[in-house]
Amino acid sequence: MTELERKRKTLELRAAEIRRLTLGQIHKVGIGHLGGSLSVADLLAVLYFDKMRVDPKNPKWADRDRLVMSKGHAGPAVYACLAMRGFIPMEQLDTLNQPYTNLPSHCDMNRTPGIDMTTGSLGQGISCAMGIAMACRADGRENNVYFVCGDGETQEGQIWEAAMFAGHRKLGRVIGFLDYNRLQIDGTTDDICSLESPAKKYEAFGWRTEEIDGHDVIAISDAIERARAQAEKPTMIVMHTTKGKGVPEIENQASNHNCNVNDALYAAASARLDSEIAALKEVLAQ
Amino acid sequence: MSFTVQMPITESTTEMRAAFCEAMLSLAEKDERIFLLDADLMGAMGTKPFAKAYPERTIDCGIQEANMIGVAAGLSAEGKIPFAHTFGVFMSRRVCDQIFISCAYAKQNVKLVGSDPGITAALNGGTHMAFEDLGIMRTIPGVTIVEPTDIAMIRDLVPKIAYHPGVVYLRLVRRTCPVVYGDGSTFEIGKANLLRDGKDVTIIAMGYCVSGALKAAEMLAEEGISARVIDMFTLKPIDREAVIKAAAETGAIVTAENHNIIGGLGSAVAEVIAEDAPAALVRVGIDDRFGIVGLRPFLAEEFGLEAKHIAAAARKAIAKKG
Repeated sequence: MTELERKRKTLELRAAEIRRLTLGQIHKVGIGHLGGSLSVADLLAVLYFDKMRVDPKNPKWADRDRLVMSKGHAGPAVYACLAMRGFIPMEQLDTLNQPYTNLPSHCDMNRTPGIDMTTGSLGQGISCAMGIAMACRADGRENNVYFVCGDGETQEGQIWEAAMFAGHRKLGRVIGFLDYNRLQIDGTTDDICSLESPAKKYEAFGWRTEEIDGHDVIAISDAIERARAQAEKPTMIVMHTTKGKGVPEIENQASNHNCNVNDALYAAASARLDSEIAALKEVLAQ
Repeated sequence: MSFTVQMPITESTTEMRAAFCEAMLSLAEKDERIFLLDADLMGAMGTKPFAKAYPERTIDCGIQEANMIGVAAGLSAEGKIPFAHTFGVFMSRRVCDQIFISCAYAKQNVKLVGSDPGITAALNGGTHMAFEDLGIMRTIPGVTIVEPTDIAMIRDLVPKIAYHPGVVYLRLVRRTCPVVYGDGSTFEIGKANLLRDGKDVTIIAMGYCVSGALKAAEMLAEEGISARVIDMFTLKPIDREAVIKAAAETGAIVTAENHNIIGGLGSAVAEVIAEDAPAALVRVGIDDRFGIVGLRPFLAEEFGLEAKHIAAAARKAIAKKG
């Protein structure tokens, strides 16, 4: 196996594990934001296991890279990563959305170590990421500020305020991802309010842009590397994704935004993911 | 807390915005965490000297209030102390959710400056006349709400606001205000100021109406009515103790505010006395109307915010005592 193949398989394994843990958390409650958590699993695998400089022992490390999950409902996928990296104990994942939990549906910086910004009202996290980037710039830090927006979220006007702000201020350490799965609660983004060509839009706002397969871990990793190779412009990486990726029963359905995970679905989907994980581990062991 | 009251009341020659900018400059000199954000109203707010002195800590976002509040929240998340300014109408109505979620819910340390409260928006008219900002802010958990009465108070309060943890809403007149307090007066956030003692009725005022309340008390004194006057410059948390004491000792309360009587000072005082100290109450303020265009004296007359209106309300409150 080449080094690149090993990297790919390693990150694919992490992504499968993130999906497995996400599914388990949501099954425990019975309902949750499964579709949009699964669509960013590959990105989070790359961020938490390849690119992001963070320290689980010191979650507030001043020079760490920041991540703002502007589509805050992808909390369960982020929590899976935080548990895998040791920010929180693995058992804590069972507390998702339980009374007084520190793992609420939407990311909360005051409850969960490793969460850099409280999000949940769409369109706001991107602006907070710009504030973080301005503060890091003022302090002379060279860390990256990552954020993730949904495609439905991109219909919010505040997204474009922040995009104009970042382009104007040349926030070159900012690297954004658009989870372009083309679905939102009421249907397809193209039917409801089309984004048309989001990359062209960001480009017009002064950003570097890339369009990649958002489930190709190497493509994600390489795109981040190219973004980090410069500091003149913010980068938007438009990731073409499938909402619900990895659980075929619910894949590519608008209804998977917030859906039930009953015992039957959980049994079938977790068995498949377990096999996938076992197979990847076996390949990597060779 | 140590203040003196200047009588007779005169109009200041210094504008509130100038005093605010000076206080911000002095604060920023001592503390590198201080940032100032605006949404294309630095010229209007008179804060360009700050931008000149601290360009690296000034962020004029352009006309994008929602993004400005998010940027302020992000700065706070990194340990900065951002002051963000726009007109009060925009700071409350336009960015309510950004303040609610990105700032208050997220426990940020963001200072919000909403200028041109109520009738002081004058010729900008109904679209710019914040009669509702206090009501909106008051429903956001944990937000501290302060409206400085004059330049002595803004000078003293700016650093106190900076180091008061959490989200603070500073409701600020841009131009001149009548001088109520002597130079060098100091104040405590959350503690009402007893400006004049009295036993027949208490006028609880804030902002624009404080000087009118003092004048009303003089008018009432000539009629043999003894009116207590309280400056409730911190609307939230309201000084319950001062309200309860006034209700118990004078039995009649008048509230006076440059804001809708729904949601602002009148409501806040009504809540306290209804729960803890029943007393006669008459509210002076905007009677659930939109603003209209006009100069300050015309608007004060039109909306009934002058000393004579406050005095009439006091007589009514005393009559209600029975």
